[in-house]
Amino acid sequence: MSIISVENLTKKFGAVTAVDGISFEVEQGSIFGFLGPNGAGKTTTISILCTLLSPTSGMALIDGHDCMRESSEVRKQLGIVFQDNTLDKELTAYENLLFHSYLYSIPKGERGERIKDALNFVGLYERKSEPVKRFSGGMKRRLEVARSIVHQPKVLFLDEPTLGLDPQSRTNLWEFIAKLPAKHDVTIFMTTHYMEEAEICNKIAVIDKGKIIAQGSPEDLKKMVGGDVVYLRTKDNKQAIAEIKKSLGLDAEERDGEIFIASVSKGEACIPVLIQSLADMVVSVRLQRPTLNDVFLKLTGKAMRPETVSGGGEMKDAIRSYRRKFDK
Amino acid sequence: MIRSDLNAIYVIVAREFIKFTRERGRLISTLARPLIWLFLVGGGMSRMVSPDMGVPYIQFIFPGIIGMTILFSSIFSSISIIWDKEFGFMKEMLVAPVSRLSIVVGKALSGTAVSTIQALIILLLFPVIGLKLGIVQVLLILCIAVILSFCLSTLGILIATFYENFESFSVIMNFIVMPMFFLSGAMYPVKRLPHALGLFTRVNPLTYGIDALKYMVLPEKGALSQDFPLSLDITVIVVTSIVFVTIAANVFERRK
Repeated sequence: MSIISVENLTKKFGAVTAVDGISFEVEQGSIFGFLGPNGAGKTTTISILCTLLSPTSGMALIDGHDCMRESSEVRKQLGIVFQDNTLDKELTAYENLLFHSYLYSIPKGERGERIKDALNFVGLYERKSEPVKRFSGGMKRRLEVARSIVHQPKVLFLDEPTLGLDPQSRTNLWEFIAKLPAKHDVTIFMTTHYMEEAEICNKIAVIDKGKIIAQGSPEDLKKMVGGDVVYLRTKDNKQAIAEIKKSLGLDAEERDGEIFIASVSKGEACIPVLIQSLADMVVSVRLQRPTLNDVFLKLTGKAMRPETVSGGGEMKDAIRSYRRKFDK
Repeated sequence: MIRSDLNAIYVIVAREFIKFTRERGRLISTLARPLIWLFLVGGGMSRMVSPDMGVPYIQFIFPGIIGMTILFSSIFSSISIIWDKEFGFMKEMLVAPVSRLSIVVGKALSGTAVSTIQALIILLLFPVIGLKLGIVQVLLILCIAVILSFCLSTLGILIATFYENFESFSVIMNFIVMPMFFLSGAMYPVKRLPHALGLFTRVNPLTYGIDALKYMVLPEKGALSQDFPLSLDITVIVVTSIVFVTIAANVFERRK
């Protein structure tokens, strides 16, 4: 069953089209990833789904409720970790969560217990009475994750949850996030521009310049760029290549002293076969799997590092200045 | 529905209160301004302004100084919405399943509570400047302080909805708050102002609040003490409050 359905969603900010007719479905209980460079339209899509922005056209349903017309029903089902920090830094960790539980009308008798559970889940219970301003970036993020699950939402939005965190805090945070669907029966919708973070998703939509350019499981997407690559070092490369071509029917060539075998469908199963058929010639074997970065490279012709993606920043600026104009 | 909105209003006010009690500096700095005006400006001018109004100048401006306390603390409290926007906390409130009206009312009541407390502190200085007030008068002044605080807090929210960042702060101070104070009859009687300035004072809700405060502080002090009937003062304050709340709630409801 899909808990989020989006059909032909479009959002224009003046002349800039931030989201351009996207459609997708998210299965209940799954982790859905929105992958794309900065300025691709990820945050705009999330803002529409959490009722902060209204779309120019198209439809968005969460748990059967229209994000535009039934916003208060939709809001009850959502937990959100925004890209920017939205904690009150003057208040303590506990007070931030208490504020949240009043806003979501959690019954008085359950507040204490639920806040305690959520803080324990992210390992911050011991520090509940400290003002948030004393927390590190990683702790603030974990606290936001805790806050977003206090009211037991059906759908959890995570907008670049690890942005600006050091690698250790990132790994740490993903451990908590990966446990969420099973533990709290929640569907996760996340955005990221880190390829390796998208690996935990059940399904990924790759978005670029407001359009979804590919959808599928991480495995499906990687198949688009071909199979695994096996690298071999042998005592005699020429003889080995001839042997591989002859007895295994694989295409092999020598590159920088290594034998390079591209587009192997099951790399790990291929290795024993290779070693067996090459008898004692093999010195070392290395298997390389395609990454989502390769996928993105193939789809858009550019690598997915924020600094190499031109246009993203400009798009973001254009949207910001449009918002400002609109406000005044 | 109603219950969740009451929860929201309660917790928004509670948050403001916690923050108010934790920031001692804020209380001291907001009380410093009216004290400076009362004793340094009022005290100094008392020697120059002739006592033909029947009351010493320092007593004449006392209701105006209470009005000033309320003006600054209400507007500043409401302008914390800009801080909430800048630091992102506003989003936490906007995605919650509560009505936009309850967010606006919660914020307005936060400002009301904080500035009524400060007005009370200033009010209790009345014996120092030689005024004699009964307990009933003090209570009535507090009532006026409450509705005026609410009115100006809602005005502050309305201002805050149109600004996104800190840079707007000095604009609001110089072009809205200070002129509102000077054109409110706090420092001089509205009746004696030139016609053009008089017009501005008449569209300023603070004028009516200070007028009502004058009525309570100086009930029998003749022609110079009061400019409008008390019923008009209270009507204007209540009606503008309702108008401001409605507009602010609608602005919050509007999505881009």
